[in-house]
Amino acid sequence: MLSAILARNGHSRSLPLLANVSRRDLLRGTVSAGAFVLAARFLPPEAAQAATFYRVGGEDMPNGLVYDPHVFVAIEPDGTVVIVAHRSEMGQGARTSLPMVVADELEADWSRVRIVQAPGDEPRYGNQDTDGSRSMRHHIQSMRHIGASVRHMLEQAAAQRWQVPKSEVRAELHKVVHRPTGRSLDYGELAQDLKAMPAPSREEVQWKDPKDFRYIGTGKIAIYDLRDITVGKAIYAHDVRVPGMKFAVVARPPVVGARIRSYDASRALAVPGVERVVEIPGSDIGAKFAPLGGLAVVASNTWAALKGREALAIDWDRGPHAVYDSAEYEKRMRELARKPGKVVRDQGNIEEAFARAAKVFAAEYYVPHHAHVTMETPAAVADVRDGRAEIWASVQSPWGTRQDVAKLLGVSADDVTVHVTLLGGGFGRKSKCDYVLEAALVSREIGAPVQVLWTREDDIRHGFYHTVSLERLEAAIDSDGRVIGWRHRSVAPTILSTFDASAQHQFDIELGMGLVDNPFDIPNMRMENPPIEAHVRIGWFRSVSNIPRAFAIQSFVAELAHELGKDPKDFLLELIGPPRHIDPVAAGIQDKLWNYGESLDVYPIDTGRLAHVVRVAAEAIGWGRKLPPGHGLGIAVHRSFVTYVATAVEVAVDEKGRISIPVVHTAIDCGFCANPERVKSQIEGAAVQGLTLALYGNLTFANGEAQQSNYHDYPVARLSDAPKVVHTHIVPHPFEVPASGVGEPGVPPFAPALANAVFAATGKRIRDLPLAKHDLRRI
Amino acid sequence: MGVRLIVNGHEHDLDVPPEMPLLWVLRDVLGLTGTKYGCGIAACGACTVHVDGRAERSCVLEVGSVAGKRVTTIEGLDPAGEHPVQRAWREMNVPQCGFCQTGQIMQAAALLAENPKPSDEDIVQALDGNICRCGCYERIHAAVRLAATGV
Repeated sequence: MLSAILARNGHSRSLPLLANVSRRDLLRGTVSAGAFVLAARFLPPEAAQAATFYRVGGEDMPNGLVYDPHVFVAIEPDGTVVIVAHRSEMGQGARTSLPMVVADELEADWSRVRIVQAPGDEPRYGNQDTDGSRSMRHHIQSMRHIGASVRHMLEQAAAQRWQVPKSEVRAELHKVVHRPTGRSLDYGELAQDLKAMPAPSREEVQWKDPKDFRYIGTGKIAIYDLRDITVGKAIYAHDVRVPGMKFAVVARPPVVGARIRSYDASRALAVPGVERVVEIPGSDIGAKFAPLGGLAVVASNTWAALKGREALAIDWDRGPHAVYDSAEYEKRMRELARKPGKVVRDQGNIEEAFARAAKVFAAEYYVPHHAHVTMETPAAVADVRDGRAEIWASVQSPWGTRQDVAKLLGVSADDVTVHVTLLGGGFGRKSKCDYVLEAALVSREIGAPVQVLWTREDDIRHGFYHTVSLERLEAAIDSDGRVIGWRHRSVAPTILSTFDASAQHQFDIELGMGLVDNPFDIPNMRMENPPIEAHVRIGWFRSVSNIPRAFAIQSFVAELAHELGKDPKDFLLELIGPPRHIDPVAAGIQDKLWNYGESLDVYPIDTGRLAHVVRVAAEAIGWGRKLPPGHGLGIAVHRSFVTYVATAVEVAVDEKGRISIPVVHTAIDCGFCANPERVKSQIEGAAVQGLTLALYGNLTFANGEAQQSNYHDYPVARLSDAPKVVHTHIVPHPFEVPASGVGEPGVPPFAPALANAVFAATGKRIRDLPLAKHDLRRI
Repeated sequence: MGVRLIVNGHEHDLDVPPEMPLLWVLRDVLGLTGTKYGCGIAACGACTVHVDGRAERSCVLEVGSVAGKRVTTIEGLDPAGEHPVQRAWREMNVPQCGFCQTGQIMQAAALLAENPKPSDEDIVQALDGNICRCGCYERIHAAVRLAATGV
């Protein structure tokens, strides 16, 4: 029942769970007692594979996709259309854009739509793991179907009311009109009639003609939470206030896997406001999202908890990862990259190609660890009492969180509720629910609701970091200047180590992010992956392994062009070659190619689309135009999350080596584009995040400890650094060209495009990020 | 111990230590959660409020130091939420995740109160201390200009 799942919503139009309201308010439903709630269960018929649906990877995700309108839509007697957002909102716009798709097909008036956020419940809503640039890509068809189903039902109800054929009625902007007579009924007036009506089959449901879209593709719908954000009413995990709630911070081990030998909490407990100090069991690498352990200081306010934490005396056994040293590790990575490693793609005859090469070029590219530094640090509120847990958290995977909390507490998932707040940034950090598990443990111990809040120092020192990587590229050039051989070795601790500490090789998901799926038209290619162990927790970071791959490959292409005396953009297009689809078997990919969970039939690796975005970006920036002294243009392209993105950057480098970016042009081919306004905002944001990666991002370790702690020593791009203007060029496609990822694919091409522009401006080739550690004054 | 605080025109007599940062008083004692924690060291601007009309970082401001002064938070910037900066933010669709935006808006509002017609460089200078990790900077800049000039 929709009313049941919404039963914990408050009144606000923004989010179910509100600060500063009583528990009684929290329990009040958003849907009134008189609301139309679809009652019958809709099961997609067996013969449902209608030609209009293309198959997406969402069908194969845990708990798949749900097409049931009863789960996602309710209509109030006043006509308010309530639509459930089941994916987490972290700035990418999913909480607006998916309900917008429903509303469009439903012919709903957007001003009469209320969005409610689903709690973690995948058996009901389908997959909720908001990660991998999947929300629109996986759910656009099911959302269209749901909206169209309810529209169909409303039309049927009106036809019955008037005793006329359904073909004579038509839903139009929140009312159903009888076309011959002009009579109409508002959706609210029809709501009651739908109660006993079964949902239609897939064959019965007609999707709108795209020319009739009101919201889809127009970019005219502002994000749902816009007003609340601008007046300070938007609720993030930081802002949840439950009656009786305590505030806690945790003193965590300085090194992953370090254990408490002994501690003295007496001074902490003497701080006014501090109430308890609670020990959290520790964990090592390989323990998935288990808390790192340590001591939680529980207080009546955050500041008291912070003062209490400062007063703790803890003697740590620093454990085996205290050896981790970034400089030493980098040396080892370089050594490993100069020797053969596990072959993950072998096409043609690489040895023969290098043996007959007229020239051989090699270069190594280094990208350090990065921390996510979401503006909202990790935080969660947990209330664990009487064998039940209620959680309020900013999490990307609320169902995964619910299962992990249940397992940790030894209770059934039925006894755990996970409410999803807005996320103040995600970037993959909030796919890992360790901070929620901390809150659950502390709450169980103290028998009261508690908020665990991470400080910025906690965030930078105790994260699940972007991997550190060394990519070595070698090219064999024949006497005609053609690339006949390409060897790429990738060394990086794997995300798999977070689940299995012994893992030393990258797994298919990492290999598929720009290594084995290299689309270049080169006859002989070999990709290798030497092993290396992890000493910190490695996690997903927006765009993941695509970041080092795009940086290395796209920089190397520009380097080769320079060596060969060719234009970098023309040479890039030459390497991409003629329009074709990459065949992974012919390409010699050793294991099954991971294509972001999608089939290559629906989402091929299409070199024609890849080349097209290069041409669009190059043309837009005026490639080849005359530039002022100290300016340079750079370009890079990368396919990731089954989307094609090319970025062209103009950089200006002053006499002191400081850079500024007058203009960026990014071309994106993401298939059908449902919300161009949010695609544009993602591309603008990707340029800034790409700039941070390129210019500043540099998390280092010594004696196993992170050497940075806050924005003063882990800087991120600011307004004065940001590109003056980012132009987004969206390649237009009809609905039949499947929607692909948007949240992540804008990031990877930015750093190499910038590095290539810096080379063009200064003659300095930067192979080790970040740029800020190099002298960029012109040669 | 006790501090008399004036927040958004309301007086509060609070039993809090005077060295407690204003941020935590606002958030944890008064329940005004529109002012955000982002770094605790005045490096990101998420906690920006007005004290007697000037933008201040509440995370490093001892509550005792603002006793008796007029503190304005995002909740009190405009009773109807229609301050020109708020309207400009909505017009330009500035936010992505939105977390930093209340601090950005408070910073921008303080700038315009002091300098109603800022140059582009004035805007950069005034808002360079406010981090937006989603990277909405171009729109932030444009929204401040819009609020100042109507274009």
